[in-house]
Amino acid sequence: MKRLLPLLLVLPLTACGGTEDDSSTLTVFAAASLTKTFEQLEQQYEDEHPGVDVKLSFAGSSDLVAQIADGAEADVFASADDKNMDKLVDADLAAGDPSEFATNTLIIAVPPGNPAGVKTLADLTRADLQLVVCAPEVPCGSAAATVAEGAGLEFAPVSEEQSVTDVLAKVEAGEADAGLVYVTDVKGAGDKVEGIAFPEAATVLNHYPVVAVEGTDDADLAQAWIDLLLSTEGQQVFTDAGFGPPAA
Amino acid sequence: MSRTRHVGLPRWLFAPALLAVAFVVLPVASLATRINWADFGSLVTSDAAMSALGLSIRTSAASTALCLLFGVPLATVLARSEFRGLSAVRSVVLLPLVLPPVVGGIALLATFGRQGLLGEHLEAFGLRIAFTSIAVVLAQTFVSLPFLVVSLEGALRTAGEKYEVVAASLGAAPTTVLRRVTLPLVLPGLASGAVLAFARSLGEFGATITFAGSLEGTTRTLPLLIYNLRVTDADAAVAMSLLLVVVAVVVIGLVRPRGAL
Repeated sequence: MKRLLPLLLVLPLTACGGTEDDSSTLTVFAAASLTKTFEQLEQQYEDEHPGVDVKLSFAGSSDLVAQIADGAEADVFASADDKNMDKLVDADLAAGDPSEFATNTLIIAVPPGNPAGVKTLADLTRADLQLVVCAPEVPCGSAAATVAEGAGLEFAPVSEEQSVTDVLAKVEAGEADAGLVYVTDVKGAGDKVEGIAFPEAATVLNHYPVVAVEGTDDADLAQAWIDLLLSTEGQQVFTDAGFGPPAA
Repeated sequence: MSRTRHVGLPRWLFAPALLAVAFVVLPVASLATRINWADFGSLVTSDAAMSALGLSIRTSAASTALCLLFGVPLATVLARSEFRGLSAVRSVVLLPLVLPPVVGGIALLATFGRQGLLGEHLEAFGLRIAFTSIAVVLAQTFVSLPFLVVSLEGALRTAGEKYEVVAASLGAAPTTVLRRVTLPLVLPGLASGAVLAFARSLGEFGATITFAGSLEGTTRTLPLLIYNLRVTDADAAVAMSLLLVVVAVVVIGLVRPRGAL
């Protein structure tokens, strides 16, 4: 047993080392707001490409760019705004030009029954209201800031979250009276939140670009994912989820 | 303590021991190599950094005070009394030590959140905890309490009861024994426990971001600010990380020389 011990310690390491064929895995880094649609498309993609395992990683777009810049192995990157996509392109980490595949607009999310009685964007500045928004660094936060600026309003949120899903979670839990999220988030949450549309939202359109990541092992598989997003079936998935068509 | 003659250690023991030290030192040293020294001063003294550091220190001090207030009696009870279920109580108290902090955050939300078990009633009194600095303090206390309790209970068990027995036999009342004999004897253990709790509070992240949210000046402590900046301003994030390392080293250095840890 004593002689076996070093062996036992090393064994798990070799297991992690992995001998599996990496070429059969497509790693997609996507903005948190794409979670539901991409999970749906993952199924379709894997059906069309037998033997290919799609791995999805969702986070705030800025987080994902930072991870890729730090060497995370992603094959495809889908951002929730142009700003973060530009960061990837500027760092020479994009293989080719990004393609826009969807747009999204902001909406006010409130807990079911709208306990705080929110009706307009201006209501979000009420002092008694617990408002949660995204931090300005993430796309939903910069969109919220732009909307507020355009409407001449100043929000005093109780928290600035790192991703749009965190904002939604706080509204769903009833901890916040209102949050600024995407139309698609409210639609995806079903009856766990209510959405209150506001006219100012139309002024800020969020663009969703996608690109293959430089140095990807399998450029063809990556391109096939991008093609799927732009295909008629792919676009239908986005429309069903509440996304707008690509503007560009 | 009298010096005893050392039994020789097997030489091979030093190799893995050295690796263990390197494993801790290397990442911290690597952090220093990432620093943009030209801007370091302005980065760590920015308004956001100062506000986060101030908040971190204030909330950590408050949570350490809470840990002392409730942890000292708890550790004393655990070390000196006997009743059925004592070991179960000890296990429960240690739970935050092994629980992922984010789980602690969700649990605190379920308790003190607006829809929470207690939060619902507090809300009726106009007392709101979520998204306030109080939430930060509660999150820190939750994760730090076991550190104080474990250190102090260990110190109490090591100190033994003989002086207390003598004091009691000379007619000292239980409270007097506790105040004049028990606590003074374990003061080094108490100090190191408090410092550990403070240090753990200073580094608290998961429970805080889940339960308290993130807003400059109110709930955005230094770890939360670092998390926020790491994607947009890596230089600032690294600079503040080093600031946190320095504060942690100073805090640990405060008690380490006495060998009490």
